[in-house]
Amino acid sequence: MAGSGTAHLRPADEDVVLRVEDLVVEYHVPGGVVQAVSGLSFDVRRGETLGLVGESGCGKSTTGRAVMMLPRPSGGSVRFGDREMTTLSPNQLRATRPKLQMIFQDPISSLNPRRTIDKIVGEGLSIWKRSDARARVAEVISAVGLDPDVVSTRRPHQFSGGQCQRISIARVLAMEPEIVICDEPVSALDVSVQAQILNLLEEMKARYQLTLIFIAHDLAVVKNVSDRIAVMYLGKLCEIGPSGAVYEKPWHPYTEALLEAVPVPDPTVAIEPMAVGGELPSPLSPPSGCRFRTRCPLARERCAEEEPQMREVGPGHHVACHFPQAENRSA
Amino acid sequence: MSAMLEVTDLATTFRTTRGLVRAVDGVTFEIDAGRTLAIVGESGSGKSVLARSLMNLLPASADTSRGTAVFKGTQLRGQSTAALRRIWGDEISMIFQDPMTSLNPVVKVGRQITESLRFHRGRRGAAAHERALELMHDVGIPDPASRLGVYPHQLSGGMRQRVAIATALACEPSLLIADEPTTALDVTIQRQILDLLQRLQAEHGMAIILITHDLGVAAGRTDEVAVMYAGRIVEKAATPVLFSAMRHPYTEALLASIPRLENPVHTRLETIGGRPPDLINPRRGCAFAPRCRYAQPRCLEEDPVLETATTAGHEVACFYPVDTAAGRAALSANAAAGASAAGATVGAAV
Repeated sequence: MAGSGTAHLRPADEDVVLRVEDLVVEYHVPGGVVQAVSGLSFDVRRGETLGLVGESGCGKSTTGRAVMMLPRPSGGSVRFGDREMTTLSPNQLRATRPKLQMIFQDPISSLNPRRTIDKIVGEGLSIWKRSDARARVAEVISAVGLDPDVVSTRRPHQFSGGQCQRISIARVLAMEPEIVICDEPVSALDVSVQAQILNLLEEMKARYQLTLIFIAHDLAVVKNVSDRIAVMYLGKLCEIGPSGAVYEKPWHPYTEALLEAVPVPDPTVAIEPMAVGGELPSPLSPPSGCRFRTRCPLARERCAEEEPQMREVGPGHHVACHFPQAENRSA
Repeated sequence: MSAMLEVTDLATTFRTTRGLVRAVDGVTFEIDAGRTLAIVGESGSGKSVLARSLMNLLPASADTSRGTAVFKGTQLRGQSTAALRRIWGDEISMIFQDPMTSLNPVVKVGRQITESLRFHRGRRGAAAHERALELMHDVGIPDPASRLGVYPHQLSGGMRQRVAIATALACEPSLLIADEPTTALDVTIQRQILDLLQRLQAEHGMAIILITHDLGVAAGRTDEVAVMYAGRIVEKAATPVLFSAMRHPYTEALLASIPRLENPVHTRLETIGGRPPDLINPRRGCAFAPRCRYAQPRCLEEDPVLETATTAGHEVACFYPVDTAAGRAALSANAAAGASAAGATVGAAV
């Protein structure tokens, strides 16, 4: 899957609000270069939710942060609207960032424990000296289902994990962002609270016309919110396409493995042995050719020699694999 | 014959400045060799405190005077630490949610794995080394010889959890308590760790208490499920029975909130409104009543006790169990009124 190429990118005129092309993020460490993201391309349309899925270490969080220029990527381009993010001056970047907001995995550590909730939610507004800050803070706190009169003067430790995540969402909404990058926003939460936050994100997206990038490792969670799914492996894209198509007929063997790993809450469904075992190889020295080949049940010689390129397998559905599952099955 | 572990009316309370916290409030269950019991509930339901109560891993502020936990004929409660040390790691082991914090960061993993062997079996040097390699191989750590000398931070989360499991299994315990062992892991690694626990259980015949907040994890891998709410077991049944004929509204709500792959894209998930109750000042009546779609006036006054439901071995604590005449009547009455007796909004029948 170590797929490269840009065949899956859509024309810029189709209301594409974010276009990431050939994104490269590398870190120099003693002993080599960590290739966290290697030539990743994707785009997001206005009002769309892109689910970015993969295991820990596949570069999905790095991608989310690189879009925000945190830090600036080592190569490639990130176009947000008509701005090329990678070449903006620090001042221009600062002026652009309010339009791009992030929600993090651990809601408790992402809130300053010493500040009151109204200060946390209103911090961005006070930096930009917005005169309507107070009203705006109250509005977004009620939008996420909390009572501003009760919570404003409290501090994060007085709230549960789910409530803290609501507060994080309120903080993001206060800035009236165009794009919200949600980095595993529900993985630290109980299933019951997870459902509340997923529903809330769906509501907020409709109410504030947001475009979302939803990063997660669990395909079942992503399915509830995403219009498009992008599956990543070791810094590269394996498969990207409309949610319906990807879930119904995954082409990449890795997508299939991720689907298989989701626990089924039904004891009558037999648990089959997993076709894909092992863990991600080191991003210090990724495998040649297709990066997934070392764990792939379908790998052949060609996979070691040649890197698969993105190719279309259905409307808007692209896969980077020499021997995709769906093709084998129908053959 | 009595079961390997028999827990009867176990309670653990904590004295705090705000009052007495009833974290575990009268829990009864038993488990036999080779069996797996899942304890399922939300954060704050008392499931982790229950696990720690069994191991007596509790702070000094805990009051453990009520209830018994008898393991192979020995009463665990009230034992001295010295006596418990003979059991810990040898007869009963535990693995925790976060392997990074449960492993010692400044001790090489080989030494951590063999700690209980040295303590309980007096195995040192080459003998311990050999067993460590065997254990690491057993839990699926590739190239164990070179991993013996690494520190926990040099391993991935999945590998660390494997080390924790190898450590727990070193003396082949009869009972393994796994407290959310896969919650911090990716779904793919979760799958591997659950498969591993199942294989090791088949090979060694140990009993497992699997604590989780995810009913999906319990399905297909456990013999019995106990659902905890506010420090009590509210429903307990053989796993297939629990999933096919659940009776407690909380179990029903918990299962409905799981995102499923078979749902269409953009499915609105069922949620459980409200929050888990305050364990300091328990209100009168059923603890789940304020969040329950079935709640009737009786639920706010009386506290339901765990009673046998339709099938033997299936117990539920509810006056209006799901899918019974009483339950259906309660739900349709609430749906007609638009609210439960506790004031929670109840939509049209689902």
